[in-house]
Amino acid sequence: MGQIFKEPPGKMIGEFLRSRFYTIRQINKKYAIPRIKTTRIVRVSLFMLRIYLLIMVVILIYKFTTLVI
Amino acid sequence: MSFLARLFYKYRRIAKALKLFLIIAGPGIIVMVADNDAGGITTYTATGSKFGYGLIWFLVLLGPIAYIVQEMTVRLGAVTKRGHAEAIFDAFGPFWGWFSLIDLGLVDWLTLITEFIGMTAALSIFHVPPLATVIGVSILMGIMVMQGRYWTWEKMVLLFCALNLIYIPAAFLVHPSVSNIFNQGIVPHLPGGFNNETFFFLMANIGTTIAPWMVFFQQSSVVDKRLQEKDIPWERVDTAVGALFTVVVAVFCVIVTGTLLSGVPVESAAQAAQMLRPINNYVGTFLAIGLFDAGLLGAVCISLTTSWAFGEVFGWAHSLNYKAKEAPWFYGAYFFAIISAATVVLIPGSPLVLITLFVQVMAVTLLPAALVFLLLLLNNEELMGKYKNTKFQNIVGFSIVIGIVILSTMYSVGVLFPKLLG
Repeated sequence: MGQIFKEPPGKMIGEFLRSRFYTIRQINKKYAIPRIKTTRIVRVSLFMLRIYLLIMVVILIYKFTTLVI
Repeated sequence: MSFLARLFYKYRRIAKALKLFLIIAGPGIIVMVADNDAGGITTYTATGSKFGYGLIWFLVLLGPIAYIVQEMTVRLGAVTKRGHAEAIFDAFGPFWGWFSLIDLGLVDWLTLITEFIGMTAALSIFHVPPLATVIGVSILMGIMVMQGRYWTWEKMVLLFCALNLIYIPAAFLVHPSVSNIFNQGIVPHLPGGFNNETFFFLMANIGTTIAPWMVFFQQSSVVDKRLQEKDIPWERVDTAVGALFTVVVAVFCVIVTGTLLSGVPVESAAQAAQMLRPINNYVGTFLAIGLFDAGLLGAVCISLTTSWAFGEVFGWAHSLNYKAKEAPWFYGAYFFAIISAATVVLIPGSPLVLITLFVQVMAVTLLPAALVFLLLLLNNEELMGKYKNTKFQNIVGFSIVIGIVILSTMYSVGVLFPKLLG
């Protein structure tokens, strides 16, 4: 029976994941410095957004844990 | 002679303008009509059956709001030549970028499942088995994108948009009382007063008219179509025509169920179509065809939104002007979304109700973020130059965003904790 894979599947998967993580690291590096000028309104808006999302996440986690338990 | 010359000149000018509009038109009409997706049609049919014509005024009001939001994405796309996902990464950094991208991917995929639910339910009325629907739709969606030209894709989708107007003849077939529509539907009021149920219906209608994927879709599609700053006025007209279409479809849908099923509890558009067939076969059939078409339009646009967004961020070739072998990841993401969503619908005992609930909550989470980013980007002079928001646009824009954030939060809490809001 001929060899199907050039390399063991485990090694191929590892290689694939490594290349994906490398791409993600490159994206993070590319956009590391936000281009928008951090004016007062930008700072306040992003802060409010973080608070809003935090509340939503807490509510979601609470709901789904109570649903499961 | 001079009169004839003037007339001819006027005719030439109008014909030229119309030709130009027909070339540029597309993204605005498509995004607005696709916004009336399977979930949207379900919401409208349920609204009509619950409140009769009573909430028509509210649907009319949502048209301009949707236009104001989408017009900003047109300017952003035409000026920056970037999709919304890439613009967020670039302006706000990786944290907000990944948050928006992952949330969008998840919401889109879950919404795609609801589109397939709508399409299979619509065709089951004509005794088409779900498996056949899913396979047929997937092939059709493949054919639509695989020809390697944005223009061809757009014209095909516009044909399906035209089919969405099927609710207009359906409404005429039910012979509604025009005076009742004006008396009950045009003057703003809340039938039965403000209570938890009315609030949920109002929010469901807002949620179907302004969705996060629409912001991402129209901006990416403006970029893919290579529209320039000079095209912005025409694209505004395109978006306004689309907003008009979306309101017309919503209102006529409400008229159909408001006339024939008023007071009858309706849980889905497919159920409404089935109920209507014994009363008027044509109307029930039109409603089912419209539901299928709405699901298809929603599915096409939502899967493309995800592919465009991931393509922009990961740097893949991401245009409908590429053939499959030139943009394998872009088309791969498109087909992965379709096939995986379709498979979930076919799995017996899938938690479809939980998925629908999750879609609402996730969409509500992403919407304020997408709108806040949109407004901040539109106020960045370095990025937008003379196309940045005016003071008036900011007042209107921020009012809409603040209103939506408050209402969405209440809605989200209400969906998760139904007893909390009374």
